[in-house]
Amino acid sequence: MLSSYPILSTLIWLPIIGGLLVLFAGRNNASAAKWLSLGTAMLTFVLSLPLWFGFDTTTASMQFVEKVSWIPSFNIYYHLGVDGLSMPLVLLTTFTQVLVIASAWDVIKERVEQYMGAFLIMGGMMTGVFVALDSILFYVFWEALLIPMFIVIGKWGGPRRVYATLKFFLYTFFGSVFMLVSFLYMYYQSGSFSILDMHTMHLGMTAQTLIFLAFLIAFAVKIPMFPVHTWLPDAHVEAPTAGSVVLAAIMLKMGGYGFVRFSLPITPDASMQLDWLVIALSLIAIVYIGVIALVQSDMKKLVAYSSISHMGFVTLGMFVLYDILQNTGTLQGAQLGMEGAMVQMVSHGFISGAMFLAIGVLYDRMHTREISAYSGVVNKMPWFVMFAVLFAMANVGLPGTSGFVGEFMVILSSFKANLWYGAIAALTLIIGAAYTLWMVKRVFFGPITNENVENLKDLNKREFAIMATLAVAVVVLGVYPGPLMEVMHTSVENLLIQATTSKL
Amino acid sequence: MLHFILTVILLSPLFGSMIAGLFGRQVGRKGAHTATIIGVAISTVLSFYVFMLFVLEGSEPYNASLYTWMVTDGVRFEIGYMIDELSATMMLVVTFVSLMVHIYTIGYMDHDEDYDHHNPYYQRFFSYISLFTFSMLSLVMANNFLQLFFGWEAVGLVSYLLIGFYMKRESAIQANLKAFLVNRVGDFGFILGIAMVFVYFNTMDYQEFFAQLTSQRDVMIEIVPGVEWSMITLMLILLFVGAMGKSAQMPLHVWLPESMEGPTPISALIHAATMVTAGIFMVARLSPAFELSETALSVVLIVGALTAFMMGLLGLIQNDIKRVVAYSTLSQLGYMTAALGASAYAAGMFHVLTHAFFKALLFLAAGSVIIAMHHKQDIRDMGGLKKYMPITYIAMLIGSLALIGFPGFSGFFSKDSILLALGESDRYGAMFAYVLLMAGVFVTAFYSFRMFFIVFHGEESEYVRTHELKESPWVVTLPLILLSIPAVLMGLPMIEPMLNGTYFGDSVFVMAENDTMMAVYNNYFHGVLNMILHSFITLPVILALSGVLLAWVLYVKRPDIPGKLKSMCPRGYYVLDNAYGFDRLNEIVFVNGTRKLGEFFTKSVDIKLIDSGVVMNTCYAILNSAKSLRETQTGYMYHYAFVMIFGLLAMLVWVLW
Repeated sequence: MLSSYPILSTLIWLPIIGGLLVLFAGRNNASAAKWLSLGTAMLTFVLSLPLWFGFDTTTASMQFVEKVSWIPSFNIYYHLGVDGLSMPLVLLTTFTQVLVIASAWDVIKERVEQYMGAFLIMGGMMTGVFVALDSILFYVFWEALLIPMFIVIGKWGGPRRVYATLKFFLYTFFGSVFMLVSFLYMYYQSGSFSILDMHTMHLGMTAQTLIFLAFLIAFAVKIPMFPVHTWLPDAHVEAPTAGSVVLAAIMLKMGGYGFVRFSLPITPDASMQLDWLVIALSLIAIVYIGVIALVQSDMKKLVAYSSISHMGFVTLGMFVLYDILQNTGTLQGAQLGMEGAMVQMVSHGFISGAMFLAIGVLYDRMHTREISAYSGVVNKMPWFVMFAVLFAMANVGLPGTSGFVGEFMVILSSFKANLWYGAIAALTLIIGAAYTLWMVKRVFFGPITNENVENLKDLNKREFAIMATLAVAVVVLGVYPGPLMEVMHTSVENLLIQATTSKL
Repeated sequence: MLHFILTVILLSPLFGSMIAGLFGRQVGRKGAHTATIIGVAISTVLSFYVFMLFVLEGSEPYNASLYTWMVTDGVRFEIGYMIDELSATMMLVVTFVSLMVHIYTIGYMDHDEDYDHHNPYYQRFFSYISLFTFSMLSLVMANNFLQLFFGWEAVGLVSYLLIGFYMKRESAIQANLKAFLVNRVGDFGFILGIAMVFVYFNTMDYQEFFAQLTSQRDVMIEIVPGVEWSMITLMLILLFVGAMGKSAQMPLHVWLPESMEGPTPISALIHAATMVTAGIFMVARLSPAFELSETALSVVLIVGALTAFMMGLLGLIQNDIKRVVAYSTLSQLGYMTAALGASAYAAGMFHVLTHAFFKALLFLAAGSVIIAMHHKQDIRDMGGLKKYMPITYIAMLIGSLALIGFPGFSGFFSKDSILLALGESDRYGAMFAYVLLMAGVFVTAFYSFRMFFIVFHGEESEYVRTHELKESPWVVTLPLILLSIPAVLMGLPMIEPMLNGTYFGDSVFVMAENDTMMAVYNNYFHGVLNMILHSFITLPVILALSGVLLAWVLYVKRPDIPGKLKSMCPRGYYVLDNAYGFDRLNEIVFVNGTRKLGEFFTKSVDIKLIDSGVVMNTCYAILNSAKSLRETQTGYMYHYAFVMIFGLLAMLVWVLW
């Protein structure tokens, strides 16, 4: 096994320590801060690759496990491990980290070391969220990583950053308190904070229902789902580019991950009873939020709403299994939905990250995100527009890009649950194309109408490299998603069993 | 070996496209067109070999997987090939027309008006048309629904890029957005159809799907409680909605006329010869399924017939040379669709093939006229071009004769088989369709020759008299000549095997009781020569010739009459001029309606109800009750964040203690 060294701890602590080093060492030396940050992020990414290559796809149990007693009096452990559900998300995190650091290279002029340091620390903590197997450890990472995010938005953000941060804080705090209470309740019942123990413990229907709702609030805010989504557009608009990228590419995924790690396996009976709620909210997200995206005049807001709409596919794909079971008597088709949801998370990480980076490229040059300020960008930035159109097409779910894979799988699976679910979800084909390509038309194509656009310069090498990396990721996952599925199969099968085995 | 050849056919245009697209500056104009033309030429030659193998020699169908896209839930999603008479024929048509268009483009883009030194638009154009060829090949070669959908969307993407090729022009980028969105409406149905294939057949593979059809034919599904529908019918109608988008059937036809904003070679390749026939191909490919639902076929039949007739009428009043040809394409697509609806899949496909050649010819000839006219497209600015452009003139004449179904030309055989098959069909709506299509023959002949006479024979316009016009260069005329050959001759050897079903063999399935083609063969067919000679006393040819005659009278003999006619029935002209009001309806209901809805959602629900109503009130309540939090507003984020974490930890400790 490759896990002869504590690989998961390394992935958490290397960026955190690196981040602290950057904070102190880079105080008066921006260049050193940048290179040290990039080096740390790249090293972390390289060190995360053994997770993929050394991963055993035949077992659903946790791999690369580390377990040390942390607070023995409360039975709290420093317990880490990954399975097929979390491993891809860890890689997504380490991968995105590199791009995020690179994207801020020339853009951030003040207090570079703090900016870079904040992102590195955030990266370590996000990995922590995906690999923690002890609920308290999970909770600590979950909450702690908000600090650097607040700082990033609050310090480097736009004019309404305080409003946005406050809103962000209130929403997420409101959500996670309920989650914490649920953990404590389960600890009193079973004497363990271990997530794996929670998977197997028995819970009565009332307890399950309350825990399910508590989790739902916590995760729904994070994803975010309608109607607790209104913090996201504001946070995105105010956040600097890298902040938006991390928010969209990774932090939203924590909500989706929460459903598969906590809600479905811990409260299967309540999930079965309340699945209609999640499905209804998901379908609303797909259609209602899509229609809202159409009329946004700020590019970032538009992509933010588009994110919410796409995350609707994640929650839809995760919760159609009960209807499939009920209507057809078997789980055939449910795996497709669940894996579709997982793929959608990874793919959305690439695409939304790329979209926000693309908007950042324009913002760095023109200092505005208003769609109406642009026209005919393609005449001055042909390479940039080539990438941007590719990402737009991925956002539209064009086959051959990663955006198609998850959407396609979830539409197929939800059709199996109920033909109307499929039909409503498939409306995204039209709505998603409308808001994305209408923006593309207004911003990139057409004649040049103002001087600022006339003076635009095409991508520099650094930006080109970032865009090209993401483009490759989007196309490779779209053309050959098989390997990613293979990694997930066993864990998803196991999850489906857990989610359909009564705990009463 | 065959597998390898197929892979080369599929990938060599992609390879050429990447060279021209990604390294356009490095390889230059010459490098770009050389690379793409070689790529497509390789595909064409090899496709010819595959055509010989499967169509002429009648090899067994080849069905194999290239690679497994993914496996999940016990279903394999693959990328692969299904090569039989149907796909081998399409491959040859696609690659051949594409090759002609590639060569032609050298001449066409050379004279382009939007030339920009900073932008390697020339290379980009070649990259796109080669990418299109790859996409279209992957669509026709597919052995499963996933790949079909991939090709389906990929050709849509390239079509989008090419309609908006002149991206500074507002009308072009409006047209490509519209084209993509209207196609997406079709795809909405299409993907639900594919979802039904997955749900009820548990496979994406054509063969496995066909194999289960009989056992699933009586499945009923509940659409809403109490309303049951045949599963197969619903599935087929949904799939057909996809075809309606791609093949521009009413009411999803609205994008095609505007797609003429793209450069003319593209109109020939994508919006006439190949992509728009993808819907027809798909229905023919799925004929074993369509045969099981009379209802679905009737829908196909009626939609096709309505499109054929109503779009033909619109061709009567167009003055843009490309729009005349575009409306004629819409109308001809209606003919093909109607043929499918009468179970005459072979006739529909036959018309796809002949149409691909004569319509590409017409478009490229129109393009040649446009080059000579320095990119003017209004036929009223032309006139008397015959003496300046003899080759283009003959090419256009051949194309038009084939289009109207003049006896002996390729279009005659395919259109006659459609009409005869419809006459034999007793499907619901067949009589209605027959009448419309028959009337359409007259309309087609009239608008085709109206344009022909105005452009080439009528009085020379001011523009023609004051400018020096000349025949286009050889790269333009060579494709015209090469396309003229099949446009004239290809019907002769094909008509008999088409009618008696030996051409497509088992690649197209027709139930014995629905086999209208065979009925035509048995009742009417007595040899090719006989068919040609006899046709002069049949209704279609009489109608076509009278259409030509009327056009001659109105536009050569008495050019004063059309104006009078127009003022005599202004209402009729108004309806046609607005294309029956589809665009206006879409604008009001869908475009503005959705936008208003979006604004309502944003302002009233998101901002007023959720944000101001719930969230911010909570915020203010908290802020007011805990004044200490005010510091947050002054920006002490560190304090704020640490307070939060310490608060949580304190709470945790307190609870646990």
